[in-house]
Amino acid sequence: MKQASGIVRPKGWWQTLQRLFLFAVLGLFCIYYLVPLFVMVSTSLKSLAEIREGTLLAPPRAINGEAWAKAWSTACVGVRCNGLAPYFMNSVLMVVPAVLISTFLGALNGYALTKWRFRGADMIFALMLFGAFIPFQVILLPMARTLGELGLAGTIPGLVFVHTVYGLAFTTLFFRNFFIGVSDGIVQAAQIDGAGFFGIFFRIVLPMSIPAIVVTVIWQFTQIWNDFLFGIAFTVGESNPVTVALNNVVNTSTGVKEYNVDMAAAIIAALPTLAVYVLAGAWFVRGLSAGAVKG
Amino acid sequence: MAGISLKGVRKNFGATEVIKGIDLDIEQGEFVVLVGPSGCGKSTLLNLIAGLETLSAGDILIGGRTVNDVPPRDRDIAMVFQSYALYPTKTVRDNITFGMETRGVPKAAQAAALKEFAGLLQIDHLLDRKPGQLSGGQRQRVAMGRALVRKPEVFLFDEPLSNLDAKLRIEMRTEIKKLHQRLGKTVVYVTHDQIEAMTLASRIAVMDEGHIRQLADPETVYEDPVDLFVAGFMGSPPMNMLAGRLVRDGGMAVLCDDGPSQIRFPLPDRIAGRVAGSEGRDVVLGLRPETIFAAGTQLPGPDRFLFERPVVVDEPTGPDTMIVFEIGGQDLIARVRPKDARPPGAPFRFEVEMDRAKLFDARTGLRL
Repeated sequence: MKQASGIVRPKGWWQTLQRLFLFAVLGLFCIYYLVPLFVMVSTSLKSLAEIREGTLLAPPRAINGEAWAKAWSTACVGVRCNGLAPYFMNSVLMVVPAVLISTFLGALNGYALTKWRFRGADMIFALMLFGAFIPFQVILLPMARTLGELGLAGTIPGLVFVHTVYGLAFTTLFFRNFFIGVSDGIVQAAQIDGAGFFGIFFRIVLPMSIPAIVVTVIWQFTQIWNDFLFGIAFTVGESNPVTVALNNVVNTSTGVKEYNVDMAAAIIAALPTLAVYVLAGAWFVRGLSAGAVKG
Repeated sequence: MAGISLKGVRKNFGATEVIKGIDLDIEQGEFVVLVGPSGCGKSTLLNLIAGLETLSAGDILIGGRTVNDVPPRDRDIAMVFQSYALYPTKTVRDNITFGMETRGVPKAAQAAALKEFAGLLQIDHLLDRKPGQLSGGQRQRVAMGRALVRKPEVFLFDEPLSNLDAKLRIEMRTEIKKLHQRLGKTVVYVTHDQIEAMTLASRIAVMDEGHIRQLADPETVYEDPVDLFVAGFMGSPPMNMLAGRLVRDGGMAVLCDDGPSQIRFPLPDRIAGRVAGSEGRDVVLGLRPETIFAAGTQLPGPDRFLFERPVVVDEPTGPDTMIVFEIGGQDLIARVRPKDARPPGAPFRFEVEMDRAKLFDARTGLRL
């Protein structure tokens, strides 16, 4: 910010015109992106009667929270009519351990691959990176068998396991690229100071890597929370995550299509990723400025 | 009792041999400076002593104990890094006490040691800051504090001053020397700066391509370099190197091409005696800038040689002025008093102290 305002720009009516044009285009794109969200929110707050009038873009005449309450606690998911709440909890129980474990292991991997170089470290990293490019569909069948053998088929711990394993490629990549920029001297100094592998990791390296942790957590949380394929393939009925339940809410029809409930349910399912982005984003910025230490 | 002995030390990185067999004995309390151009292996050698690199061959002994397989933390050493390598998330206080904490030193002893060295290094007012809030010189002091506070037998310094500005570098240099005099611990210090080496060392090891070319006290390294490499590396401005041929002409002399004509530098008896009978040999004559000055401006001595050349460039440095002149198309530098300086183009009478000249074999580079 400070620097951007310092750069000297040419002045004149032509430049002003160019800037006006620039902002007009940007504004247009902004609207283009925001309209669907607006329609979702306003539809979720309308009554069914108002929706049937077909005024899609009009704001609701009166705020009506019924659709939200129904989506949360009484909407029918298949034959069970408990709303999204239990499935939302499933997702939380899945995403929290999966994010924590995969982030922690990724940090440990990245640290070992960069600061404790061993023969074949580059090879191992290349292979792990390869894991990031395997399409989800390819591993469905072998993973299903593996979960069966482990006795985790159809359970939330099973899903945690899948997401942890599949996320390792990404988390390792993030942390490896972060740690490669951390001076080796710091690790050497800590070694001379008498700290060991885990001592240096927990007391020196991990506190330095808050920016990397935040990026990884945002990424992993978004990926795992929004996942549909693993959720529908590896869980059944009561253990479905919220994404699968949302699909079922929308597809379960009891004669009338309740658009307001569908919209409320969709927003509920999307809220946590938004929240993580906003909360962690603040940390992210703080982490970046705190980490900007030379040497 | 903590000298350091290196016996036949070698280090390879893959197929590249970085340290090619080094033997070095460092006495307890000595200040040894490893100096050399970048890539000569001096930092690698220091890391081997620290235990941050594993030996390929040979033995390292610290205080009489073979430490080849001893990890860094058990070698009773402390190290100061070029990048300072402070822990960025810890306060200055925690940076300094971290080593004692990992070793389980009682809190009271930690506090006492911290107080002692923070006072000594004048960083007591900075203890609650993070490294990011410190200036370069302050970080340097904290890094020193972290090394000192453990009271090890051996200190290792890896170019600790090269990130500081010129003024601060000189200040810290003096301070390091004071600390060494006060604590009397063994120090191994790596630098590429030959002035740092000269000012700090009790002995200098001049390194090149994985070998120690010369190991001696600063005066000997400066006045009695074993070969062209050492002679050219030590000294600023560097020694003038003049290619020529040995001739007999009354006494022995070095004959150098000088454009259409030639110039003869007569050798003093001391040097002449060593090269008697080898007329026609290609040699390099080494003349330090301070041994060439304006004729008649210093007390007369034996074996002076006078010649005249036009000034090419004059470079005042304050206390002295460097006069650049040419012999046979080669630039030479003389160090004269500022008031003797002449503008470019003016003829200048030079006087050379041939008694301090060095003579090298042009083929092997060895001192004659």
